[in-house]
Amino acid sequence: MENFQALMQGFELALSMHNILYMILGVLLGIVVGVLPGLGGPNGVAILLPLTFGMDPTSAIILLSSIYWGALFGGAITSILFNIPGEAWSVATTFDGYPMAQQGRAGEALTAAFSASFIGAICGVLLITLVAPLVASFALRFGPAEFFAVYLLTFCSFIGMGRENRGKIGISLCIGFLLAAVGMDSISGDMRMTWGSGELMRGFDFLVVVIGLFGVSEILMTVEEGLEFKGKNARIQMTVVLKTWAQMPRHFVTLVRSCAVGMWMGVTPGGAIAASFMGYGLARRFSRNGRNFGKGEMEGVLAPETAAHAAGTSALLPMLSLGIPGSATAAVLLGGLMIWGLQPGPLLFVEQKDFVWGLIASMYLGNLAGLIIVLLTVPLFAAIMRVPFGMVAPLILMVCAIGAYTIANSIFDIWLMLGFGIVGYVFKKLDYPLAPMVLALVLGDRAEEAFRMAMLGSGGDVGVFAANGLVSTLIVLALTLLLWGPISDLLAKMRGKMATE
Amino acid sequence: MFRPAIALVALASGIGPVMAWEPTRPIEIVVPFSPGGASDQMARTIQGIIQKNSFTKAPIVVVNKPAAAGAEAMMDIKSSAGDPQKLLTTSTGVFLTPMTTKLDLAWTDYTPVAMLAEDAFALWVNAGAPYQSAQDFVEAAKASGAPLKVGGTGSKREDQLIALGVNKAAGINTIYIPHTGGGQASTQLAGQHLDATTNNPAEEVANWRGGATRPLCVFSAEALPYTEKVTEDESWHDIPTCASQGLDVQYQMLRGIFLPGGVTPEQQAYYVDLFTKVSETDEWKEYLERSALLPEFRAGEDFVTYLQGEEEKHRAMLSDAGFLVQ
Repeated sequence: MENFQALMQGFELALSMHNILYMILGVLLGIVVGVLPGLGGPNGVAILLPLTFGMDPTSAIILLSSIYWGALFGGAITSILFNIPGEAWSVATTFDGYPMAQQGRAGEALTAAFSASFIGAICGVLLITLVAPLVASFALRFGPAEFFAVYLLTFCSFIGMGRENRGKIGISLCIGFLLAAVGMDSISGDMRMTWGSGELMRGFDFLVVVIGLFGVSEILMTVEEGLEFKGKNARIQMTVVLKTWAQMPRHFVTLVRSCAVGMWMGVTPGGAIAASFMGYGLARRFSRNGRNFGKGEMEGVLAPETAAHAAGTSALLPMLSLGIPGSATAAVLLGGLMIWGLQPGPLLFVEQKDFVWGLIASMYLGNLAGLIIVLLTVPLFAAIMRVPFGMVAPLILMVCAIGAYTIANSIFDIWLMLGFGIVGYVFKKLDYPLAPMVLALVLGDRAEEAFRMAMLGSGGDVGVFAANGLVSTLIVLALTLLLWGPISDLLAKMRGKMATE
Repeated sequence: MFRPAIALVALASGIGPVMAWEPTRPIEIVVPFSPGGASDQMARTIQGIIQKNSFTKAPIVVVNKPAAAGAEAMMDIKSSAGDPQKLLTTSTGVFLTPMTTKLDLAWTDYTPVAMLAEDAFALWVNAGAPYQSAQDFVEAAKASGAPLKVGGTGSKREDQLIALGVNKAAGINTIYIPHTGGGQASTQLAGQHLDATTNNPAEEVANWRGGATRPLCVFSAEALPYTEKVTEDESWHDIPTCASQGLDVQYQMLRGIFLPGGVTPEQQAYYVDLFTKVSETDEWKEYLERSALLPEFRAGEDFVTYLQGEEEKHRAMLSDAGFLVQ
């Protein structure tokens, strides 16, 4: 109850006129930042950080966290319309969001994505409001072995739940691991597979690869198909929002599952990226419409978006209570906290009550403001689909190039992006899935690092992965998910055989 | 209307004494670490101070180039030779990166501007750990069957050198586990996944205040100067030095600013003056105290001599550890 009172006070603080203005400004800026691939949440927040030094910390964090919410919403827009994920956690949204847009259902896909984001975020905030101290101490139980188990769980759920040819998933995954290993090895401090090149030293940035694999390759595919534009019959009406909402209760189970996955991954901190992939993978396996995933199923948009936002929001919890950022943007916000003279950590909730509850209240309000703003823009963004492709394509390519360039201010990255565009095209032609490669690229080096740290600590004893209840549960769960697919296929085959005999 | 004014300014600058150099484009501060880290905070504090006090008309931009443990930023500054509007914030990494990788980098390729502070290191343990002094820790390490785990930031860098120094001085055998940042190591210590860390004060202060971890001793020659209470009953000054507890390991890390090579002495002098002003502001002093950084301002010859001494010291430490590649 004490929390509830504090929250009400927080609402009072967040609802002052100037804080509401900051909130709206933040959301708008965030959407712009989220739409431009490469600029991204962390950069947007970092650029605006100095502007807030003169403000009082509560207003400052409201402005900056609203940018964060806005960027979370905005990331979905380009994923759905152009198959270019603006943020890493939007990749899974493209799988079904883009096919929907191609079928002229862009408005529906956008509405579904935004509403799912909102639901996920609210789940995350509720978690923070209700069980903040409890959850914080849970996160402390995660050592290197537990982290590795979480990543393993993500990989296994993706392979086991996949419906494509498993050999092809494996190959795609391995290419991703290989790419993730390029650059500096953080455990030994040595360079790997850089061939003396200063550019490769940075490793392959996830976004450069993704913009190429998804965005550029998609343009190549469309060009091959004779510039035919598929979205031209996109209807632009506000009623599409209501129609989509009417369909959403049908996917209740998926929403709840994704919320749970997201909150758990955000707190542990497996992060929004892993959460979005896992949410999608699980929905595909357990949904009645699982077979249609990837062909424009609304559930395939709802699942990853809900999970990503539940995780993105929950990720602020370990940041506030432990001082460990759950995401890159959270890391920048953390730096901001310190510059304003606030010390994140277990004492923040005690010493800076106003600030913490003002922030939590702004999470509710910022997400609500964000939802309203983005929903109003649905017709506007959907209208982009009516512009002839011949005119839009060069523009998309330019935005892709700018995005790839801004990540590290490097021309080399634009070439890399084009290179991966061709790789993506070849993969699509040969019917290899791209998602496992992307997943391995994002989480591969983290998984490796966690594995090696665990091995260093245990002196090479693999027993560390069964050392306590938490880690062994995770490992068993991972292996179950991995084998689920093959075994159920086998059973189905055997049953089929028996039936024919 | 404006024409005469412009003419007047032009005239004034034409006939006056030769004007000192001033930046005309935005000044870019390149940070070799990710946003949110200690180097990044320093750069953004400097940015805030310069803009708030209008020390220069040129806007200040902070750019993070964290890849390859800072090597990306160093390569960038190296290739920007002659550009007087680009600064590099740096730590001891300015020697360590060239010496431990095969990259063709050297601090002598850059123009030293000023050293702004020194960062201390301490030996931290979990608040619930039985050790009360560095000696307790050493004895526990000797008695333990499996080697104790010491965490820190990065591989073959400051934290690991200190951990190895402790092993050597005390004749013990701990295992060093590299983390991507001090905050991560601190959390792992709070969760008892590590037995100790060699973190900077700023990296561990949150958990110390929260009662999750505590310092045993600092690796400095003297106790830290800040006497204001950080926790309920302890200040930075209250932490004993490791040497006083029979663990004779001393290490401090420089935090300074470099320009690219090939800039003129006037340009260098401009920045020395700028950072002298920054270091005299109250905001800067507050920042130093908050992060428990030691106020060690050095510029010019003094800074260069210091750098040369430190380089030799690190070369010897790295060669001892077998980390030296060039």
